[in-house]
This record gives sequence, C-alpha cells and structure tokens, in this order.
Amino acid sequence: MYSCFKDKIGEVLLPGDEFSFETDETISLTDTVKAEKVVCGPGLRRNGDQVLVCKSGVLRHKQPNMFWIDSQQRRYVPAKGESVIGIVTAKSGDVFKVDVGGSEQATLSYLAFEGATKRNRPNVQVGDLVFCQFIIANKDMEPELVCIDSAGRANGMGVFGAGGFLFRVSLGLVRRLLAPRSDIISDLEKLLPCELVVGMNGRVWVKAGSVQQTLVVANLLESCENMTAPQRQALFRRVAQGAL
Amino acid sequence: MKDTPLSNCERDFLLKAIEEKKRVDGRQTYDYRNIKITFGTDYGCCFVDLGKTRVMAQVSCELVTPKENRPNEGIMFFNIELSPMASPAFELGRQSELLVKLNRQLERCLRNSKCIDTESLCVVSGEKVWQIRVDVHMLNHDGNLMDAASVAAITALCHFRRPDVGIQGDEVTLYSVEERDPIPLSIYHMPICVSFAFFQQGTYLLVDPCEREERVMDGLLMIAMNKHREICSIQSSGGIMLLKEQVLRCSKIASVKVSEITELITKALENDKKARKEGGRCGFAESMPRERITALKMDETPVEMTDVMERANDIVQRGEAPVPSPVLPAPGMGQVGEGLQNTWGLEEEEEEDDDDEEEEEEEEEEKVTMMEEEPRGKEEINPFSSFSPCLRMYFLKLF
Repeated sequence: MYSCFKDKIGEVLLPGDEFSFETDETISLTDTVKAEKVVCGPGLRRNGDQVLVCKSGVLRHKQPNMFWIDSQQRRYVPAKGESVIGIVTAKSGDVFKVDVGGSEQATLSYLAFEGATKRNRPNVQVGDLVFCQFIIANKDMEPELVCIDSAGRANGMGVFGAGGFLFRVSLGLVRRLLAPRSDIISDLEKLLPCELVVGMNGRVWVKAGSVQQTLVVANLLESCENMTAPQRQALFRRVAQGAL
Repeated sequence: MKDTPLSNCERDFLLKAIEEKKRVDGRQTYDYRNIKITFGTDYGCCFVDLGKTRVMAQVSCELVTPKENRPNEGIMFFNIELSPMASPAFELGRQSELLVKLNRQLERCLRNSKCIDTESLCVVSGEKVWQIRVDVHMLNHDGNLMDAASVAAITALCHFRRPDVGIQGDEVTLYSVEERDPIPLSIYHMPICVSFAFFQQGTYLLVDPCEREERVMDGLLMIAMNKHREICSIQSSGGIMLLKEQVLRCSKIASVKVSEITELITKALENDKKARKEGGRCGFAESMPRERITALKMDETPVEMTDVMERANDIVQRGEAPVPSPVLPAPGMGQVGEGLQNTWGLEEEEEEDDDDEEEEEEEEEEKVTMMEEEPRGKEEINPFSSFSPCLRMYFLKLF
C-alpha cells in the first residue's frame, strides 16, 4: 500500500487517478504482517478500497505516513482552526460580520477578544482588518471566528494597527510562506526588514519602512508565485543591488 | 454576489502612495498599461487587453427600414454588457449605474462624433438601410472599462466588412460573402476615450486607473479624442471641482495618448490584413500564446524499414492461396467472400488450425507496420479480423 504511494511522490496527479491496493496472492506464513496505516490529507479521498485523487497537483509526503496533494487555487474554503485575515463589514447586535473571502461572511463575537467584557468593548470599526481563527467552519453552518485561543489569550490575533498594505495571492503560495523553514521568507528577511502577516485565505498584509519598500515587498511576493528557487534568488539579488 | 469590501488600511495606503506619486503596479502617473489587440476569425470581432482588463467587441449588420426622420441614413446601435465573469459585483440582468454610464459614454463617443459615414449605409432611400450593431462584452474588470471598450468598439468597426449590394434600376441584389468580397465601412476618424482619475479633491490625477485606484478615487474625467486633436466628448463624474488648467492639461495628455493608441490600432489592423491575405491562419485561437503542457509525449519508435519491399513480396509468395468463394465446408453451412477458413463444424481440424495461428501471430508483429504494402485478400495471415478489410459472411448451422 505504502509502496503504491511512494512511487508517485513528487509526480503531478489529476483528479480521477486512483491507488488501488491489491493484496498479494501469496501471503508469507513466516514473516510478520505489519498493519500499515496511511493518512490521507487534502486532495485525497478514500472510496472503499481505493484512494482517489480529487484535486490536481503534486503528491507530497511527510514522515511517517502522511500523504497529500499540493494544489494551486485562489478561492478559499473556510476550515476549522485556520488563521485568516478578515475585513470587518458590519456591526450588528453583539457580533461583527467579517468577510474572509469565502462564500459566506463569518461572524466574530464582541467577547472573543482578549480582555473583552460586556462593558469593555473592543475598538473595532467597519473596514478594519482582523487576524482571527475559525472555531466553526463547515458547509452546513455560517462560519464563526474568534480572536483568542483556547486559553483566552490573544496569541498574536486581533485588530490590525494602522498602515501597511493588503494584497491577495494564491493559496499555494500562502502555504509555502507558512511552511516551517520557508525559503521565500528567509530570502525576504535578508533583503528588507518588514512586518508580514499571512492569512490562510490568501490575504497577506505587509508593512515596511516606507511606502516604496512596502510596494517592493508586495510585488516581490506576488511574483514569487510562478518562479523557481534560482529565479527567485536572482530577482531578490537584483532588487537588493538596484532599488535600495 | 457582492464584491470584496475595501478595507480602511488599503484605502489609506493607496492614498498615501498616490501622494508620493507611486502606483501599486509600478507605473508612472501618466502611464497606460499594456494594450494588446487581437482579432477573431470573423470580420468585426476584436479582443482588447488593457493590462488585466479584457473586453470583446463584435460588429454585425442587418438590412432594416430606416427611421422616418432620416430616410437616407443607416442606423448605428451600441450595446455594452457587463458579464458576471468580469467581476463578482456584476449581476446579469440588472441595470446598474455603471452600465448606464458606460453605454451613454460609448454612444456619445461614437455616434455623436459622426465617425462613421451613415449615408453610405443607405441602400434604398426610405426603404432599406444597413443597421450596424456593435456589441461590447466585458470579460474581465480590472479598472478602466471605458477606455478598453472604446478601443475595442472602434477597432472592431474598422475591421468589419459588410456584404456588397448591387443596384440595377429597381433591382437590389445582396451578394453573399462568397460571391463578392465584403466591403469595409467608411470611417472618417477614430475617437478614443482616455480616463483620468482624481484624488484628494482634484489635487492628484492618474491616467488609466486600475480597479483598486478606481475604488478610492474622488472623480473621473473621460475625454474622447481623435488623432487630429479634435475632442469628441468630455464627461466628468464624481462631482469634483476641476480648474480650467487641469482640464487643459488633461486634454494635452489625452492627445498624446490617443495618437499612440491610434498607431497601435492601425498597426494591428495591418498585421491582421497581411495575415489574412497570405492565407495564414488567423483568429482568436491562433493569437493565444501556445502555453501547452504536452502530457503525453512519446518519442517516435523507429521502425525497421530496410528492404521492406523484398520482405513483403517474400511473404506474399510464401502465403497460401486465398480461399475460393463460395465454399461449402459442411452440410448446412456456406461461406461467401474472402476470409478466414471457416472452422465451424470442423472439430477435427481445430488443433491444426491453432498451430497455424500461432505461427502466423509471430509473423504478425513484423508485418503490422507494412500492412499497406500487402495486397488485399491475405486472409490466412491475420487471425485479427480488424485488419482484414474483407467481407465475410457466415451462415448459421442449419439443423
């Protein structure tokens, strides 16, 4: 089973490709049979005895037994636990309505901020940006957001301050930026000091020393989408010598 | 579906950047985005790309009765459609303010400027005139739809050819495209619309605003001009107060831009005419860049072609004679036509036939590539009936 997957790691797969597990015809009586468990991530779906690919992309693997399809898309579908950047569109009653780029607007309660009580309301206006995470996000209910974690602390979430620039990228690039030791981020650190907030809904907020630098960072990140690592490093080097 | 709302942070940043004379995509204040013009296979179909804004114009014509107060003039009809694929804010079937504004501006730009000679569209005065209809569809909205629409409309009109009409006395013959070459419309001049966006109560101006800049702008000034520096229409929206010098400055900038764009249009039309004359393939599909991923690309397997003819002749000679037709192998059964030897009802001979077939299969692989050279009727070679182009009929065993 494992071997079927292992062959295709790093290959481009299309929706409809399947991995079917045929049992060997001869079962050895002397060797111990190990129970293999394979964890299917996004893009793979189990269908009885087979595993089907439902998104087009590259098959990736993480030790010990996790497989998923790395795909590129721009439309965001809310999922529980993901941190996103939302735009407050309305204040109604006890909740804020927040646009996260999905099919529906999410709700964010007044009390879901650190240190917020009924008397002490958070200072959020319509049109502000908030960094929050989903506690309810499924296809049957309206999504709900909170700006605190399970212990009641803000942990980096909340309303954004003034300044900075918001722009959109594809979800694949966002995942690359948020990976543990991201090449793009390390290249960017050496280039310019800046503040960067990456939302899993494809929205990125950047704030650098001046307007010019902010625009440079924004354009660099948008163009990193379709570049290979050497091309990107060459571009960053050119910018480092030329512009600044 | 509603469009994504603009956050305060983006608005503040864009205004601050404009104050410092910086644009998000790196352009200068008076720079246009890249304009690309492509034509479809029909005459009168044109696509215009202004950066990411994409617009399609299609011109068509029809013979109708003229208006009563203008019996010698043809009719021009303009229509702009905001397709929902252009932006989530556009809904099909709803008359939005933007749509009305765009339609009105296009009409003023093209109809009131009299850029097309409507009298030449008359066929029989008072009875039949040509009605030219220009449909503009918005395919992608990234700002400045009006400029793209005006360029697309005038280019499509220049590209269009109407069917030829012959008049002999009282008889009017309409020639189809195959009978006589269609003739172009007579166009006096090409009015092109240039948009200026104003910010901070008219202090700062930008040419060709993109979608984000359009959202934060205070007002918009649209000047339609032709390359002879004649202003065809001016419209200011948004209610901002503009000074005389500002308007004059804008018109000077517009004349420069219009001459550049007119040059681009004439060049595109010439290229298209050349391509069509050479008989080369033209059209939308050809002008798209070939960015294909060939998923299945196999190298051609080399085929052994040495002394092909000798081997083929050899095989033909060594082959057995064809089965004569008709033949009655067993009582109650008949075979007509060329084909395999019928083995129904001949159980004793089955084993021999199997052996023969095995031998023939080995020879078969070599012969697959040389099928065309072999003469027809070599039925005993192929146990695979799909290769045999012969007629075979088997009669059922009749009891």
